[in-house]
This record gives sequence, structure tokens and C-alpha cells, in this order.
Amino acid sequence: MIEANLKVYRYDPQTAQEPHYDTYEVKELPDFATVLDALIKVREDIDGTLAMRCSCRSAVCGSCAFRVNGHAKLGCKTKVSTLAPDGEEICVEPMGNMKVIKDLVTEMDIFWDKLKQVKPWIETVGEPPEREYQVPAAKMVELQQPMNCIMCGACVSDCTVLEEDSKFLAPAALAKAYRVVGDPRHGKTKEWLTDLSEEGGIWDCTRCLECVEVCPKDVAPMDQIIKLREQAIEEGLTDNIGAKHVLHFTESVAHTGVLDERMLPIKAAGWGWAVKNAGIAIKATLKGKIKPLLPGSHPSVTEVQDVRRIHEELEEGKRK
Amino acid sequence: MRVAYFPGCVAKGNCPELNQATQKIAPLLGIELVELTGAPCTGAGVLQAQNPVLADTYNAKTLALAEELDLPLMTICSTCIGCLRKSNQKLSEDEGYRAEVNAVLKSGGHEYHGGVDVTHILYVLIKELGLDNLRGMVKKPLTDLRIAPFYGCYILRPASIMGIDDPDNPTSMERVIEALGGTPVDYYGKTRCCGFPIGLENEEASFKMAGKHIGEAKDKGADCMVTPCPLCHMNLDLQQPGVSQVVGRQLDMPVLHLPQMVGLALGLSPKELGFSKHIISAQGVLAKVGA
Repeated sequence: MIEANLKVYRYDPQTAQEPHYDTYEVKELPDFATVLDALIKVREDIDGTLAMRCSCRSAVCGSCAFRVNGHAKLGCKTKVSTLAPDGEEICVEPMGNMKVIKDLVTEMDIFWDKLKQVKPWIETVGEPPEREYQVPAAKMVELQQPMNCIMCGACVSDCTVLEEDSKFLAPAALAKAYRVVGDPRHGKTKEWLTDLSEEGGIWDCTRCLECVEVCPKDVAPMDQIIKLREQAIEEGLTDNIGAKHVLHFTESVAHTGVLDERMLPIKAAGWGWAVKNAGIAIKATLKGKIKPLLPGSHPSVTEVQDVRRIHEELEEGKRK
Repeated sequence: MRVAYFPGCVAKGNCPELNQATQKIAPLLGIELVELTGAPCTGAGVLQAQNPVLADTYNAKTLALAEELDLPLMTICSTCIGCLRKSNQKLSEDEGYRAEVNAVLKSGGHEYHGGVDVTHILYVLIKELGLDNLRGMVKKPLTDLRIAPFYGCYILRPASIMGIDDPDNPTSMERVIEALGGTPVDYYGKTRCCGFPIGLENEEASFKMAGKHIGEAKDKGADCMVTPCPLCHMNLDLQQPGVSQVVGRQLDMPVLHLPQMVGLALGLSPKELGFSKHIISAQGVLAKVGA
């Protein structure tokens, strides 16, 4: 048998009390106990006022996502013995980026609203086939990854961009968007990608990998966002800073093997960006941090010819 | 030890002081840097959105160059190590994919067989040099200096690719700071994103991210921050005046590159370590360590 020492976030809007933490010593848990098992024991044996969501206890329903020691996890998939082998305190808090209803229960509206925004359904175009729609097996295997989402909200909880910008569609909805847009049966790919390329869409992801790390089902939302970006570029949706950032980055590396960080922002975001940032650029140049933009001031790798050959071969191959 | 050295674009571009400091500390640590002068950019997770196979092929070329030297590949950038390890995992585990990439690579006289060890100077200090050895080399301990580590995303996540430090509760930077005599400052934002990658697309969110972490480090009493990632350094130092404006708070937080912090403790001068290139002056920090 093991023990769990829990420090649990408590908040009840119906009382005047500010949010605070309560600690619980949970004894006589089986060796394989999860954080959820410990919380259930708190609710049943120690403090019946503790509010939380849970259902299947098997990492299927997605109800019991909490922040455990600062990171979103399914309570039922997180073992006490792994997290606290020597009885260390385990801190359990509600998910981030969501309004707290009570204790560990959060409003999921932000999750569902964003999911609705990406239109998570397939729309076919043209006459339906005589028999069923067919999708290559390899494509379905690839789409299985975003399909594995159990909508627990862990990725939305820990999304670093959403924390600062409520317009961002966030990882779960964008992963679902790829599940639709990546499906060969979907006939309105460009229309969907046009919407997804707007402010708050695919180009606002900072690629911090938090969503990849916290997802309990290996959906790897960030990887799905990168695939949406690739599709948007292939569809010619390149009249935005995000796509220009990628295209000029690739062009710069193909030219010398080394990214020219001085020119990239100007090419991607325009001369307006350069004017706005002139002050800091001049200061950094005077300090010898940034090299002046003079001809020949950008270095090349010694095998630049081979870099150019690889680029030509693979970009040409992709166009075919 | 000898390593195949991959400085990356930023350490030779907008953060030249990082490459400079690394070149200065390496001989003192007994690390011989064999620079991969022919190796291209890793794609930084940006190029991957246009042509992921192209990014993997560039990285296969870099990995092949290290393999030809029979040396581990050492980066000084969180983003570089993340991208190289991701490509390395795919290329080393998937024979069919490796053959596809090698078919392109071979025309340039290279072939990658898989399995090169891709590391970062942070992990070289801990795993190869050893913290006891590092401690023994300290000439000017960073006593009285409260240092807030800022990891950067790719050096920790995802664990399935990195697998060196615990992404939820990393300790590498703290252990190096302690070995150098400094006091690590703990704060939530140390493993979060600096915001740099969306600086062009969504500057306000980008700067708010940086400002929040710098502000938190300041509130916890940090004299300075230290990062193993030059991209983080750009948002935390180069852009700090703009960040301060966006968050409405004068931050004035010096941000050191990891090799600069090591160099100070090894007794190198601020000039040798390129401190004059910083946007936010580190004078206060330098005075505290008597540099």
C-alpha cells in the first residue's frame, strides 16, 4: 500500500473565500493508484465537498484532465508512485485557460466554441460515387492520429499562445481541422484553409510543443498544425505573414545554407516592420550584435552548392 | 573530448556573442570543437512547414558530416537540438525513409547510416564533463548571484524525442548554476515558450509571453536569466525594450547565454564573452561576480 500527499486547489464561487489550497494525506492506496484514485478517496473518505469531473477511470472518456504539478494530465493515467516515489507532495489544480466553476471543475465552453469555429465536418463536392467513398488505407492510418483525440482539453489548458491571445483557435480545434482538411473526401479544402489562415489560426501557433507533451493520446496537435500549414502553402494561400515567413526562410537557406535573419522579417512582414524596428536594429548594429546589411555580409556554408542541389531536387520533386 | 560542433545560424548571426563565448570556454573545459562548416540550417521547425523531407535531408547531411568524423554532434541551441534529434529519430528508426533521403544525399558524396548522438553543450557539461569536474574548474564562483534559468521548448519537449531531462521538472540548468556557485531561481515560466517564433505573426502575444516570464523571474528576485537557446535570447534580450512597452513594466533584466555564464565562472573577461553586444546591460551582474 502507498500514501499520497495532495495539495489541491479549492475555490467555491458561492462562498466569499478566495481560491486556496487544501492538503490531504491519503492513506492505504493500492500500489498502482492514480492521482484520480487518490482524489476520489479524498472525496469519499476525507472531504465530500471536493468537486471534480471523472467517469471511466481508463483514459478513454477524457473527463479527468487536471494540472498535476503544473502540467495538464489525465488524473486516471498518472500514477502516484511514478510522480511521488518518496511521498513527495503532488499539486493538483484545475486546467489552465478555462474559467473555474468549482475546485477542479472548469468551464469547457472555450474548447467547444473553438471546435465549432473550425467546422469539424467533411463536405463533399460533386456527385457521390456509385458505391462508397474510398480513402487510401495509408491516409486513414495517418488521420487516425488526430482522430484519437478524446477531447479532454489538456492541450487547450497548457497552450502558451491561448494564454495571451483569446482569439487563437488552440491545439485541439486545429488538430480536428486537419482531420477534416486532410481527408481526401473533403471537397472544400481551400475554403476551409482560407478560414484557418486568418488571424488566430494556423500561423499563430508558436510551436512550443506543450500540446504534444501533454496530450494523453499522442494526437501531437502541433504536428497536425504544421501539416495544415504545408497544405495551405500548397493551395497557394501565401498572402499572409506566416506563409511568407516559411517561403522566405526556405529560400534564404537554399541560397547560402544559412538563414539570413536580418532580411527574413523584412521579406515576410514588409518594410513597415523594418521601419518600426529601425531603432532596435540600429542599436544592435552599433553594438556589433547584428552585422550591417552590406553586400557579401551574409556567410555561406562551405558545401553551399550541395545545399542548393538538395533544395532544387526536393522542391522540384515536390512540384511533380 | 572532441565534438562535431554545430553552432547554428543564430549563434553566427544575430547572437554572435554566443559562438564567441562557446569558442572561448571550450578549450578551458577540454572540449575540442570540430566545426561542421558545410552543415546547413536545421529548418528551425519553419522550413518543415513547406517541405519536411527537405528539412530532414538537410539534417541528414549534417548528421552524416558528424558520422564521417565519428564524433557526437554538439549544438548550442535548443531549437537546433530539437530539430536535429527529430530528424535523427526518423532517419535512424525508419530504414525505408533513410534510404529515400540517402538517395538524394548520395549525389553530394554523403550517406547517413543512423545513430549519431545529438547533444547540447548543457548536456555535455553534465554528462560528459561532469559537474564535479566543472566545479573544480571554477575560478570566480557566481556567489550571491540569483540566476533564473530559461530552458526553451525544444531542449525539453517532446520527451519521446529529447528524453534527456524531465520536461515537467527539469534540473539540468539548475545543477550547472549550482556547480558554478550561483543560486538558481525557481519559477513557473522557466519551461514555457519565449514567444519568439510568432514575433512576426503575432507580436503582441509573442512579447506578452516573454514579458510574463521575465517579470516572474524578476518578482522571484533574479539578478539575471540564463538560456541555452539563442532564439529565446533574441526575444528576452534583443526585444526586451519592446517587450517592456507591451507589458507596461520596466524589466531591465540581463539575459546571459549559458556559455557566457560558464565563462564568467571560469574567470574569462566580459569582453572575451561578448557582453558588450547585449541590448540589456549586464553591468550589475558582472560587478557582483567581480568581472
